[in-house]
Amino acid sequence: MSERSAQPPHIEQPPTSAAIVGEPQVAMQMDDHLELSYDSGVDLKARSQWGYAMRRFLRHRLAMGSLVVLLFLGIVALFADFFAPYAFDEPDFLSITLPPTTEGNHFFGTDFLGRDSLSRIIYGLRTSLWVALVVSLLATLIGTTVGAVAGYFGGWVDNGLMRLTDLVLTLPGLAVLLTISVYVGQGDPKRVAIILALLFWTGFARIVRGTFLSLREKEFVEAAKASGAGDGRIILRHILPNAIGPIIVNATLIVAAAILTEAGLSFLGFGVQPPNPALGVLINEGQSEGLKFWWLVTFPGLVIVLIALCINFIGDGMRDALDPTQRRIRA
Amino acid sequence: MTTYILRRLLYSIPVLFAASFLVFAMVSATGDPLGTLKMTPNISQQTIDLITEKKHLDEPIPIRYFYWLEEALTDKFGSTIIGERPIWDDLSRVIGNTLQLVIAAELIAILVAVFIGVYSAIRQYSAFDYSATTFSFLGLSTPVFWLALMLQVLVVNIFLAYDVRIFYVSNLSSPDPDNFLLDRIQHLALPVIVLAIASIAQYSRFMRASMLEVINSDYVRTARAKGLPERTVIMKHGFRNALIPLTTVIALNFGALLGGAIITETIFSLDGMGLYFITALNDADPYPIMAWLAITSIAIVLFNLIADIAYGFLDPRVRYE
Amino acid sequence: MPEPLLSVRDLAVEFSTEDGVVHAVNGVSYDVYPGEVLGVVGESGSGKSVGVMSLLGLIPQPPGRITSGEAIFDGRDLLKMPKKQLRRLRGDDVAMVFQDPMTSLNPVLRVGDQLGEAISTHRPELKRGQVRARVIQLLELVGVPNPETRYSQYPHEYSGGMRQRAMIAMAIANEPKLLIADEPTTALDVTIQAQVIEVLKAAQHETHAATILITHDLGLVAELCDRVAVMYAGRIVEMGDIYTIFAAPRHPYTIGLMQSLPRLAAENEWLQPITGQPPSLLNMPPGCPFHPRCFLSQGRLPCRTDVPELRSIDERAHLTRCHYADELHGQGAATTAAAVEGVS
Repeated sequence: MSERSAQPPHIEQPPTSAAIVGEPQVAMQMDDHLELSYDSGVDLKARSQWGYAMRRFLRHRLAMGSLVVLLFLGIVALFADFFAPYAFDEPDFLSITLPPTTEGNHFFGTDFLGRDSLSRIIYGLRTSLWVALVVSLLATLIGTTVGAVAGYFGGWVDNGLMRLTDLVLTLPGLAVLLTISVYVGQGDPKRVAIILALLFWTGFARIVRGTFLSLREKEFVEAAKASGAGDGRIILRHILPNAIGPIIVNATLIVAAAILTEAGLSFLGFGVQPPNPALGVLINEGQSEGLKFWWLVTFPGLVIVLIALCINFIGDGMRDALDPTQRRIRA
Repeated sequence: MTTYILRRLLYSIPVLFAASFLVFAMVSATGDPLGTLKMTPNISQQTIDLITEKKHLDEPIPIRYFYWLEEALTDKFGSTIIGERPIWDDLSRVIGNTLQLVIAAELIAILVAVFIGVYSAIRQYSAFDYSATTFSFLGLSTPVFWLALMLQVLVVNIFLAYDVRIFYVSNLSSPDPDNFLLDRIQHLALPVIVLAIASIAQYSRFMRASMLEVINSDYVRTARAKGLPERTVIMKHGFRNALIPLTTVIALNFGALLGGAIITETIFSLDGMGLYFITALNDADPYPIMAWLAITSIAIVLFNLIADIAYGFLDPRVRYE
Repeated sequence: MPEPLLSVRDLAVEFSTEDGVVHAVNGVSYDVYPGEVLGVVGESGSGKSVGVMSLLGLIPQPPGRITSGEAIFDGRDLLKMPKKQLRRLRGDDVAMVFQDPMTSLNPVLRVGDQLGEAISTHRPELKRGQVRARVIQLLELVGVPNPETRYSQYPHEYSGGMRQRAMIAMAIANEPKLLIADEPTTALDVTIQAQVIEVLKAAQHETHAATILITHDLGLVAELCDRVAVMYAGRIVEMGDIYTIFAAPRHPYTIGLMQSLPRLAAENEWLQPITGQPPSLLNMPPGCPFHPRCFLSQGRLPCRTDVPELRSIDERAHLTRCHYADELHGQGAATTAAAVEGVS
């Protein structure tokens, strides 16, 4: 057995099986092989993980459709001043409680003070969407941080943070929300958002912690440490990107949950309050008088359902796109 | 196994204490239970002072917390600040009512959801599967209170139009019913439906996913390769295994439902935990609020434990030493 | 030549996926004779597993589809049999051992119950006690220690090798005529592999079952098989008895496979893989699917346009699917003989 040389031998071309056949060799170069491979339909394009995910998502018709609808609603909400026929607090005592009608462009009717329902719904949509997005963002930040720190450092840090998470989870959510909002944050959308975020962050903490716990021991972390990377860098650059998928999916679904919860809070009178026309508030107002004026309750509700539905579809589409463990066929 | 249970319970106790203290502090610091009272013209300052002293309302918050704790543990949560109503009498009554609602809703939800989930999985991509998925998504996206309102509108309009009262839209019972059971069912029907729909949406999706995963597993393939009849393959090897994760979800959900049916109970004016809580909140009386929170938190902890134990019971891989 | 136990002709299986139709199996024909061990060798994606599982109806029919072929077993066509009859064959006359014993056993049922199931489903007249006794006997046969205790244990309490032994026990429980083993040792540690191979040998010896051994491990083939079929891109490219195939392979792919085996007594320091990639089954190149990687083809026209037929080389039932197989005069003998020596 010959000894290994100090440096790897310089290889001109890979040894081919032509050698054993004994025929005059038509030396096949590497490139020729590749050429033929291309011709024969072998797909050698390198696609990143994200590329695959994007492709899968775009193919998910329901998710794409929902995205379009959501974008449309988002634009309407953002440019409410442009889209809404009236201001949200413009009483018109000559047109009290009109059912949906085309006169005066009151497509969704008017309320007890003659205020245009459609306009109020549009502005309410803006408030509700704003709150939901902020909630999701905050919850993601808090939860991810807690989960990352707990999962990475382990030990008593993990223990302590998990006790904290348990604390939040042990409390009956809605009740605590109500309690807190009565005493701290009623009325103001910003405060409502913060309070809601304090409820929703636990899901993220669990997910992120799980990822960190499992990846912490892997070799690439050791490698990073060996090359002098500090904890912060390892957390942010190396481990966290692996958890981005579930984080994004969860963040999306939280937006839907936040919209529904905020609507519930506002409906009960504890969240955003009048005159701020959040969708839950609108429903609350509309339901007095024994539901005689059905349009005041139906339309805001339908808008909530529509938004939540779209977001859920999108979240589902993303989950499918990022986790393609469908039927595996072994050949 | 017993050590595991004890350990879990022991862990929960400090959490419960911390939670209760936090809430107590918040409630006491920002609300004044005597607020309304103080504004009533007829009440004398003397009365107010008496109550203040008796309920230690002028002491610092941590001290008041311990007074509450003492009363809670020795005197069944004590009594309300205003009116001196013993809390436990009210609380036990409303717990019973809420339990009726929640148990009925969950039983129906489980039966329906399991069936939908299993059938959707067996007939994946069929029309049934697609409609079931659509309904699940709708169920998950509909705000509970709005659904409740819509149902109320529907029932009321039917009543007005045809003079037929299918269900009642409020309260637990009529004042003097002929058939108590039927009357109660008619009253609870709508709230049960509303609660069940949300649960069905969640459970059926979960069951479907779980069942799909199991159906495509290697051991189901082995079962088929052994020559077992398809029904046995699906039921004994598929369904049984798929059910296991669902039991955890159900147990956890149940714990949360006890204190979570607030909105439904409010809309239907049911004399349950939800309404009790809202009333106490509006009264700003910390004692009933605390009692309520204590009960519901304990329920959550208990059902978390039940969920874990049940899982260990069903899945031999996860038995606790 | 005795009558073949199983006769597969022109089997073709395709799958409809999001990206198009995948031709997993493209016209496969072979015979299995009673008592012999036939090896089916190929890379992942060669169609070796699908080709065999479709015989037992174990391929989910959407998205899979058997587009043509027949499989005569004991006089009856498996592919056209009504489901009930096919089910009765499974686990009784034809049994399978799968690759991953960890996931192939139901985690929440006791091992004894699962083995007992295999028996009682085909012999319902047996009483519980009798079934249990038979299971314990089988466990002993495959070398599971303390079978009485092990009977009541769960799969996670078994080690990997033991689980595979239990799977084998399950397969031979009803003395099948045909045993199909799909990569039975791939998921195991090397040392355990050797043990399980012994168990397979013993099982085969005990039941005199014909065996189809699906694997990518040529060493396993050399040890266990009588004949071997080499598959590539859904087709059999070479088939014959192992002495012939190992000594004088007559297909460039087979030669490439033999060459790529690491050997102890070799002059080359570098492993010799077959360059290139297996073709995409969605988008097969025209002509012989191996031609882009073939040293023999050298870009010749027939290789690029026509799929070669499977034809016999000489009187010994040695078949190959290559336009220019005649140019391979067993010159690989020296090198591949060394391969066989080095491996077994």
